[in-house]
Amino acid sequence: MSKHMNLTLHVWRQKNAKCDGKFVEYPAANISPDMSFLEMLDVVNEGLIEKGEEPIEFDHDCREGICGTCSMVINGRPHGPRERTTTCQLHMRSFKDGDSITLEPWRAEGFPVLRDLTVDRSSFDRIIAAGGFITAPAGTPQDANALPIPKENADLSMDAAACIGCGACVAACPNASAMLFVSAKISHLGLLPQGQPERHIRVRDMIAQMDAEQFGTCTNHGECEAACPKGIKMENIARMNRDFIKASLTYRPATGGGGGVG
Amino acid sequence: MSVAEQSIAGAEARGHGFLASSVGRKVVMAVTGIVLFGFVTVHMIGNTQAYMGAEHFNAYAHFLKTMLHGGGIWIFRSILLTAAGLHVWAAVTLTLDNRAARPVGYRAQQNVGSTFASRTMRWSGTILAVFIVYHLLHFTTGTVHPNFDPANPYANFVNGFKVPAAAGFYIVAQLCLGLHMWHGVWSCTQSLGLSHPRYDSLRRGFATGLTLLVVGVNITYPIAVLAGIIH
Repeated sequence: MSKHMNLTLHVWRQKNAKCDGKFVEYPAANISPDMSFLEMLDVVNEGLIEKGEEPIEFDHDCREGICGTCSMVINGRPHGPRERTTTCQLHMRSFKDGDSITLEPWRAEGFPVLRDLTVDRSSFDRIIAAGGFITAPAGTPQDANALPIPKENADLSMDAAACIGCGACVAACPNASAMLFVSAKISHLGLLPQGQPERHIRVRDMIAQMDAEQFGTCTNHGECEAACPKGIKMENIARMNRDFIKASLTYRPATGGGGGVG
Repeated sequence: MSVAEQSIAGAEARGHGFLASSVGRKVVMAVTGIVLFGFVTVHMIGNTQAYMGAEHFNAYAHFLKTMLHGGGIWIFRSILLTAAGLHVWAAVTLTLDNRAARPVGYRAQQNVGSTFASRTMRWSGTILAVFIVYHLLHFTTGTVHPNFDPANPYANFVNGFKVPAAAGFYIVAQLCLGLHMWHGVWSCTQSLGLSHPRYDSLRRGFATGLTLLVVGVNITYPIAVLAGIIH
């Protein structure tokens, strides 16, 4: 039988987007090391509800590390202390009895706090809507070899597509830059033949939207790569920059009229 | 109009220019950074002639001032001034954008991937900007030099570094240059998209090697004067 732990939580409580927030201390008693971090919060919330207090609001969905919803900064690191781990996949065995744990929401102008630990990440959706797609109807699946794609490109594209859009890169970046996210989306399409027709307009539009959402700019710290639960590499940021330079040098202003993509 | 077409039209309507964009200004930062790093490297190589004696050093200084009938130095000065101006402009505007991108900070942010050099670029850069102004007033115009002789750069070099406070500031500035170069040389390759697994380890190695060389040699000048090796 594993030994249960007693922890102290310092949680950011904020009623809504307009109110000021503050840290509130909560005890988390009798926590099993086999619980996930979110289960620990569930236990704390049940106690709060029993006492008639407002439970701590936090985002969660799949609880199996693939949806990217469980955003929170745990002791100064997005998703907590373990590498390549989302909050839901983090277990209490990563902490010690008597530990103090500080919980904060993602901090970025592009991710306004909605309540407590939940933030509005629709800015990411708008960046995707600005160009993170292929316009031409892709149709039904083709034969595997109908389009020749080098194995290396397929692998790199798949690595970039592993991005779950959780926003940990923004949360970890000292500049609150979203470039790891945006570059992953640009790379996963740009490395494949289907992504080529809109490759240049995509990078310009997505970067324009990223800037409009008031995310910061990359100073090549590498905090994003260290925080990414899916191991997205900064090589993608270099690829995005390369595409942007090419696109800016060769861009033709839209002439209007007929035609169009696809 | 489909959602996709609307968003494309929307992005075009925003009319987001190269210099207004975040990545565009990072490119300006990188290109001007290369010009400035290139300059400090050549500057360091040129100054090694201080070890070859007064005659040689003064002849080199004379050559710099008179090449292309005296126009050469102004070509270089205008390129450097433009590069430095754009570099500072990009740094200031990007820094302001980055501050605005995180209006509320963390209580306890842990640094995992970043380095001391990367986190202090704004400080090392600011100290370097102050240093460059001082350096020009010291050795180019002689305004803050104890006994400046426009005809004898070698004597200015020796007498300038004989003042321990001045030599100390030069050494501190060189350490800042080291931090700035070590992150900057690597960082500019990233900003320009020059990344490839075959060369990635070379990028760090090149940054380390160039920094050690430039800073290592530069720092010997004030030390050599104070130690009496250059006299």
